[in-house]
Amino acid sequence: MTSLATGVTGAGSVAPETPVRAGRRRGTGAWRYAVLLLLGLYFVVPIAASVWFTIRDRVRGGVTLEHYIAIPGSEGFAEAFTRSLGLAGLTVVLSLLLMVPTVVLVELRLPRLRTTVELLTLLPLVLPPIALVVGVRSVLAWAPDYFLNTPLAEAFFALQEPALPWILVLMYVVLALPFVYRALDAGVRGADLKTLTEAGRNLGASWPRVLVSVVLPALRTSVLNASFLAFALVMGEYTIAAILGFETFPTWIVRVSGSQPVLSVAVSVLSLLVTWVLLMMISALDRRRGTKETA
Amino acid sequence: MERGDLRLSTASTSTAAPAPRRGRRGGALAALGALPFFLYVGVFLLLPVGVLGVEAFRATDPVSFDESWSTGSITAITEGAYRRAYLGSLQLSAITAVLGTILGLALSVAILRAKRGRLLRRLTLTASGVLANFGGIPLAFAFIATIGTQGVVTALLQDTFGLGLGGFSLYSMTGLALVYLYFLIPLMVLTITPALEALRPQWREAADNLGASGWQYWRYVGGPVLAPPVIGATMLLFASAFAAYATARALVGSSIPLVTLQIADALSSNVVVGSESLGKALALGMVVLIGLVMLFYAWVQRRTQRWLS
Repeated sequence: MTSLATGVTGAGSVAPETPVRAGRRRGTGAWRYAVLLLLGLYFVVPIAASVWFTIRDRVRGGVTLEHYIAIPGSEGFAEAFTRSLGLAGLTVVLSLLLMVPTVVLVELRLPRLRTTVELLTLLPLVLPPIALVVGVRSVLAWAPDYFLNTPLAEAFFALQEPALPWILVLMYVVLALPFVYRALDAGVRGADLKTLTEAGRNLGASWPRVLVSVVLPALRTSVLNASFLAFALVMGEYTIAAILGFETFPTWIVRVSGSQPVLSVAVSVLSLLVTWVLLMMISALDRRRGTKETA
Repeated sequence: MERGDLRLSTASTSTAAPAPRRGRRGGALAALGALPFFLYVGVFLLLPVGVLGVEAFRATDPVSFDESWSTGSITAITEGAYRRAYLGSLQLSAITAVLGTILGLALSVAILRAKRGRLLRRLTLTASGVLANFGGIPLAFAFIATIGTQGVVTALLQDTFGLGLGGFSLYSMTGLALVYLYFLIPLMVLTITPALEALRPQWREAADNLGASGWQYWRYVGGPVLAPPVIGATMLLFASAFAAYATARALVGSSIPLVTLQIADALSSNVVVGSESLGKALALGMVVLIGLVMLFYAWVQRRTQRWLS
């Protein structure tokens, strides 16, 4: 199970290159170029075609950016997008509050729990979100069915406030667990936290101070990595929001696709490219730090 | 929010004892610090799934609205349209998982071996991260814009060559498979690249020096080492394709037999009494199937480990 997800979450942290030799062997592998060419085409064509689909001017011919300019002003966009931004921010904060102490604690004091924690955090990776959300719906249905007029029912209803559905935040933290845990765990393992904290303690720092001025700075990149992964996950999550009936950025794209197909493609392309650029930047940051440390 | 703060405070107090000397009390406090995590997972992950396991066996009487225990929903999902949906999902996931594994592996090897491939590597790995984890809805629309009925490539083929897509439709099982591979191949690349990097060049050199052919190297050295991670990655791809809902929903609505689409249908129909329970049964079925796949995976993993050691 552990090897199952080794690379999945490493999106931002591109591992340092190992010296894999370039093909110097007999028959230097024309197949490699064939693979690169064919799969390259397969991956580039849909994106390029989508860009063309959105920038060609159907009336006058030529190229236009009007569909991209129209995005911010389109009906419902601002509301859905800001709601998704809010949900993403809250998910990041809650994930970090939950997982940073857990990961640090497991590394320093509770190594015996590591396997259990690891397995539990991997569960959302294989468990279909749609199955999870059906279960959540059943639990939420208890409020009117069994707990009516109790504080618990009030709390259940408050979680489902359409303006800011906290229940989505709570579920997204679960979905983000594999990503956040693995990103943080990689940072903790790389940082030799044990030595750092002992050094801090020996120099007379209190535990809270060690956490804030030793542990957190040491985990800076992996916290950034984890935050970004959780953030991107929320910005793209469709299943749970759609089944629970809340409008977020992705459900908005699907809703407008019927009446404004070009707009929905424009937003899709833009969101993919923006995520990619951000991920590239984070991975560059990662590498710069990496080289600085080894130098 | 306050739960989070509480968590932070328990974590810092629990580690308050000096690390080298760990008393019984310190250990207990440390264990308490891990409690928020287990509580959270228990309430928001295990409880919903557990509830599914119980409530799938509840039925509501259409006339009196009384609830009772029943295996009606469970029986219902094993026949007719629901059975077809399960078979459709399983077939689609199995085919795309195997194809994704092969193509992803090939791509990963090709990138790792490419000369001066640093930039290429970085571009592919980050792009894979985006496509594998955050694609969903955007991918569906990119494909609609490309080979949908009004798509750019469709129009190009029609206008310049006077032929269509040759009977191919994006809104079919094959079309869906094509789109699924768009996020499964990157998922494979992400998952398998670390394993490929762990193959030491020295092993290959040692094999070369002992006179092994390329095929012998892969048969006796590289293959056995890579087998467990590759099988694991295939399982992950399978689970990912099996669970995919967003892409299918945006592409085909509910015209194709897939479990995820059937669940969404069952939940959204307010007319049929008991459809909610049907949805739970369908979801439980998915969990059970994924559980079986994981058990199989654990078994294979144990076998290969024994064989390796």
